[in-house]
Amino acid sequence: MADDLAPIEDPNRAVVGTAAPPVIAPGHTFGTVTDKISSIVLSRSIPPEWWIGFLIAFLLTNLLLLSVTYLFVKGIGIWGVDIPVGWGFAIVNFVWWIGIGHAGTLISAILLLLKQTWRTSINRFAEAMTLFAVACAGLFPILHLGRPWLAYWLFPYPNTMTIWPQFRSPLMWDVFAVSTYATVSLLFWFVGLIPDLATLRDRSQSRVGRVIYGMLAMGWRGSARHWHRYETAYLLLAGLATPLVVSVHTVVSFDFAIAIVPGWHTTIFPPYFVAGAIYSGFAMVLTLAIPIRAVYGLEDFITLRHLQNMAKILLVTGLMVGYGYTTEAFISWYSVDKFERFMTWNRMTGPYATVYWSLIFCNVLFPQILWFRRVRSNVPLLFVIALVVNVGMWLERFVIVVTSLHRDFDTSSWGNYAPTFWDWSTFIGTIGLFLALLFLFLRFLPMISIAEMRAILPAAKIDEELE
Amino acid sequence: MATKSSVYGLMAEFEDPNALVAATHRAYFEGYRRMDAYSPYPIEELAEALGDHENRLPLIVLIGGLLGGIGGYALQYWVAAIAYPVNVGGRPFHSWPAFIPITFECTILAASLAAVLGMLALNGLPTPYHAVFNVPRFALASRNRFFLVIESADPKFALEPTRRFLETLSPREVTTVAD
Repeated sequence: MADDLAPIEDPNRAVVGTAAPPVIAPGHTFGTVTDKISSIVLSRSIPPEWWIGFLIAFLLTNLLLLSVTYLFVKGIGIWGVDIPVGWGFAIVNFVWWIGIGHAGTLISAILLLLKQTWRTSINRFAEAMTLFAVACAGLFPILHLGRPWLAYWLFPYPNTMTIWPQFRSPLMWDVFAVSTYATVSLLFWFVGLIPDLATLRDRSQSRVGRVIYGMLAMGWRGSARHWHRYETAYLLLAGLATPLVVSVHTVVSFDFAIAIVPGWHTTIFPPYFVAGAIYSGFAMVLTLAIPIRAVYGLEDFITLRHLQNMAKILLVTGLMVGYGYTTEAFISWYSVDKFERFMTWNRMTGPYATVYWSLIFCNVLFPQILWFRRVRSNVPLLFVIALVVNVGMWLERFVIVVTSLHRDFDTSSWGNYAPTFWDWSTFIGTIGLFLALLFLFLRFLPMISIAEMRAILPAAKIDEELE
Repeated sequence: MATKSSVYGLMAEFEDPNALVAATHRAYFEGYRRMDAYSPYPIEELAEALGDHENRLPLIVLIGGLLGGIGGYALQYWVAAIAYPVNVGGRPFHSWPAFIPITFECTILAASLAAVLGMLALNGLPTPYHAVFNVPRFALASRNRFFLVIESADPKFALEPTRRFLETLSPREVTTVAD
């Protein structure tokens, strides 16, 4: 009976009556789970794939450094932005990265509240991915300021100029939303790490490791009283992060929707942005999870079940995003507003039509093959789909930012936008920064929550007569 | 033989969570109160078995969230209406709907900080030194072993009788924890 009602409760078993694989491969104990995950961090041998990946990421990070240095020397004239398209790659990349950053908190918080135990194997590195994506996202608006060294003016602090920020502006809301999101994601991630840091402290063979992990673990000793408050704190953080994650991309969409530019000024934006964020975030988690589980041999923990579940979420959020595109087009026709109608027609047939139709292919058409279970079980194909969706979501932001701005109300102010080398190098550089941080994380911190993995083992269940 | 004052307590090691929960229940039933149970993952039943019902954390988080929300709104009101009023097309200075997003973010931020800092403070963390770490096998508390420690500060604690009591719970071993 229990099997039918709550099949996920026993993670060692596949779901009864379906072909779904288990969440953890059978045969694991508290000890093996601990050793397997912590040995990745504590072992002295590093897979050659790690070195190759880190080297590439490190070189790209240097490209970012170079691009940013040149930007500071010359100003944003090195980019393709101009009037009327003043929001080129910087804002496209900002929205893209922030969207990717949504999956971590979604997996950690919302799936925790929904008691989806399968989230346990992927939440830690999805959270790390969130932090690094938000870090990359945060760079762009600051670089785009023109005078990035004055970025602190965005925060309300008493100053000798006696001026204050304009709180009615969505750009200020963005400052608060993104900085709150970064802080809360960091707290959530760190709180989740504390018990695992204690495990690393206790298992590390080197003195340096014991001291560093020991300081980070803050003397955690697994006391039942501590766990009690810890669980409360974690649950409350999840409850707080859930509305937060929805609010962040809503606020990002306000950056556009509050303006009167055709293509931006629409009420579908907040939900459509949030769905798009989850879509791109899960695509990025899949993009990362598939190679990581192969390189580190984590197929026991990140099983086909996880990949299939994420594929289903991709399919659902992809449909939501598709609905958003349809609604946008329908409303512009239904509004009988000539500027709105022209904007949509221009998107579909204008100078950037190729980008628009590529985005429709990447985000709406191609992912439809996920309807087939055989596709959802085909790991290389899933990887390809995830990459395609990543590209598609980037194109979507390009379409929103550029096609809306380049043809506004007055034909005399029309223009075109083309990215320069420095646009591309900054963007690719942040991909390098993101990957470099991720590689360091994989090397120095447990990429799967060990404590939570122990808790979902069948041996962790307490007999009912003891309760 | 160790005197009571140089002993932090007695530690019993168990190999599975059920044994620890049962042992904690027994110890509580025997009248021990100054004790703690240690496990490598959260076990809800353990806190109950220890008689640990009180949890002030939700209240702290609520207060944090309220202060954050009120503070965020008050800041915006003060800036926009008093300190630096900017007339935008004759719109009211106290334009409250525009203040909602930041009020919301400040609520979440302060509540989250209260949750984490409150949890750490109530747990007394960071605690770099603790007597239980003096037992080498306690390193397994973060791997796969389960420990019950009865502290010498407990009024009912007496080295030999308490040790005999712990032995009856069929632990793997009972160790004296030096202070």
